Amino acid sequence: MSDLYHVSSSPHVRSKDTTSRIMLYVIIGLLPTSLFGIYNFGYKALILILVTIASCVASEWVYNKIVHKKETISDLSAVVTGLLLALNLPPTLPWWEAVIGGVVAIVVVKCLFGGLGQNFMNPALGARCFLLIAFAADMTNYVIDSYTGATPLAAMRNGEAVNTMDMLIGRTAGTIGETSAIAILIGAIFLILMGVIDLRIPASYIITFIVFMLLFSGHGLDGNYITAQLCGGGLMLGAFFMATDYVTSPITPRGQILFGICCGILTGLFRTFGANAEGVSFAIILSNLLVPMIEKITIPRAFGQVKEAKAKEGGK
Amino acid sequence: MGSKTFKGGVHPYEGKELAKDQPIVEVLPKGDLVYPLSQHIGAPATPVVAVGDKVQKGQKIAEAGGFVSSPIYASASGTVKAIEPRRVAVGDMVNAIVVENDGAFSEVEYTACDDVTALSREEIINKVKEAGVVGMGGAGFPTHVKLSPKEPEKIEYIIANCAECEPYLTADYRRMLENPEELIGGMKIILQLFANAKGVLGIEDNKPDCIQKLQEMVKDEPRIEVCALQTKYPQGGERQLIYAVTGRAINSKMLPADAGCIVDNVETIIAIYHAVKLGRPVTNRVSTITGDAIKNPGNFLYSIGTNYAELVEAAGGFATEPEKIISGGPMMGFAMFGLDVPTTKTSSSLLCLTKDEVALIEPSACINCGRCVEACPEQLVPSRLAKFGDRGLSDEFEKWNGLECVECGSCSFVCPARRQLAQSIKTMKKQVLAAKRKK
Repeated sequence: MSDLYHVSSSPHVRSKDTTSRIMLYVIIGLLPTSLFGIYNFGYKALILILVTIASCVASEWVYNKIVHKKETISDLSAVVTGLLLALNLPPTLPWWEAVIGGVVAIVVVKCLFGGLGQNFMNPALGARCFLLIAFAADMTNYVIDSYTGATPLAAMRNGEAVNTMDMLIGRTAGTIGETSAIAILIGAIFLILMGVIDLRIPASYIITFIVFMLLFSGHGLDGNYITAQLCGGGLMLGAFFMATDYVTSPITPRGQILFGICCGILTGLFRTFGANAEGVSFAIILSNLLVPMIEKITIPRAFGQVKEAKAKEGGK
Repeated sequence: MGSKTFKGGVHPYEGKELAKDQPIVEVLPKGDLVYPLSQHIGAPATPVVAVGDKVQKGQKIAEAGGFVSSPIYASASGTVKAIEPRRVAVGDMVNAIVVENDGAFSEVEYTACDDVTALSREEIINKVKEAGVVGMGGAGFPTHVKLSPKEPEKIEYIIANCAECEPYLTADYRRMLENPEELIGGMKIILQLFANAKGVLGIEDNKPDCIQKLQEMVKDEPRIEVCALQTKYPQGGERQLIYAVTGRAINSKMLPADAGCIVDNVETIIAIYHAVKLGRPVTNRVSTITGDAIKNPGNFLYSIGTNYAELVEAAGGFATEPEKIISGGPMMGFAMFGLDVPTTKTSSSLLCLTKDEVALIEPSACINCGRCVEACPEQLVPSRLAKFGDRGLSDEFEKWNGLECVECGSCSFVCPARRQLAQSIKTMKKQVLAAKRKK
């Protein structure tokens, strides 16, 4: 045994926070809306959630084995991806399509770009968009209480009336995890309280979207319409759980606000002028692509980097 | 409530309860005393004694090697045994004067000053300079240089850094409780130099007894006030402290004097008092010897130059064999190979930990969570700077303000992926600064 003591660069102590703990918090934050989804859509939703998570975790494990990388599934990030992907699928999706989605999310979007922390696009949303193109019919087949229903957004597009109360609670058609604004907000508040996410991205996203819709949707100041737009689709889930994905959003504080604004504008654009009633997924992954540019123009000013004159005056 | 602070920062485990309630105990050196000639920022001191010379406590053994330098005094009587390179706390070999302790502790006579207020500006600064006072909180910047800004009339704040924000350290805390009159006396001497300044004692609010005691003592001092600061690391960082007290922000290219401030730590201000009022040079200081490996953690007043091993002995030795020993605090201190290292003017603490938690760490991929950004007191993006550092991208490093880093370690502390961010940034900063010097 060496009689020398350990040496290393300072600091010599660390906080208790770990990556897997953060991921666990995100999973807990997603529980309310997951449970509501299962309640709303039945056992099929539960099966889809489990299958998608299993597919993601297994994909990561197998990929790491094949390329001889260190095992990383214990960081729980694959579980988060799987859960998020499942929450973005219609409850009626055939299970094998969900499995393919999981493989695409983990292998194509995440691992091929270097694994956790290196992907430039949200894996769950990347996979969802892939499925939307590959299995267009199944991915838009929304069923609730065994009758086929349009999502509130699609219904509004067709000029039908929608019930905003149903949307807040979540008794509507949609993907497994997007229907209940209240359940999503409960989880989001938990994440905010635990310091996992902050309001910069969700708030700037939602506010920008509201402003955009007021100006360009052609409905003007219609409170019902705006509420329905906010709660009737994937916006809440997207704003609080997917746009806030650390890896694919800017790290600079001002960049996060700008990123939220981009998401808001694109969502408004797609929903108002696009071919589809929904637009959150595409808005977020397109904004993901802008992140390097956003960071470049939002390098924070360091402490004390003020104009010399102001510093001399001792400006507060 | 209502304590002032800065943006960012972290809350590490404080660990102060270990030594907080232990009164300062004086320790006499038993073995040789070693005086590295560089224990301050600036030119090394030049020895004025030769091997074989007899020295007394309080005798000058090395003189300042320039304006930005500081003399060194013997802290015990004995014979100069050698002048040779010795290992110091930061790991370097530094030329040092070694004095064999004769155990007699014979001391030179000091001339106290009866009326400090009669002293001129030059006389005070000269006394501080001659006494070898340097920043004893850890930086070691010669104090007489700090006290000689270009435009003394523009200095508006003399800030006593009583934050002691490093976990585990309690030496300043004990000094404030046990020697408050010396702290305030020192502050008054500094205020004498700066007619337009007021003195502020910035104390973290985890030391309410100090706040209360000092508030009581300065209530009739119109020019001195106590400022409660939030307990948060690095509250005692110079730039963070200035901001908390005055609302003024300085960057790496500015000096505190540019914001009308001079900041000195508790031990330094007490040394100024000793130098000017009592005529005594810097020969001893208080340090905390603590950590879960130490049997009786405490605060000790000892002769500078004493071997760390003797201080561990004074603290009852090891309760359990430590895995890591740190000169200074856990956030910015230096880990040492062994105990056979001399204490210097800047030794604020020896922290002995039974477990080196850093050794157990396996860094994983950065998930871009931004916790380092929230924690950084300089509002930098540490994860990005560390990446630029690891890849040697010096231009990007500078563009993202890497040179503003104060090396507080908050980023590494909070990183959930356990990355050694501060280490990468510090290394890169050194390289960039070295390249700039070459130009």
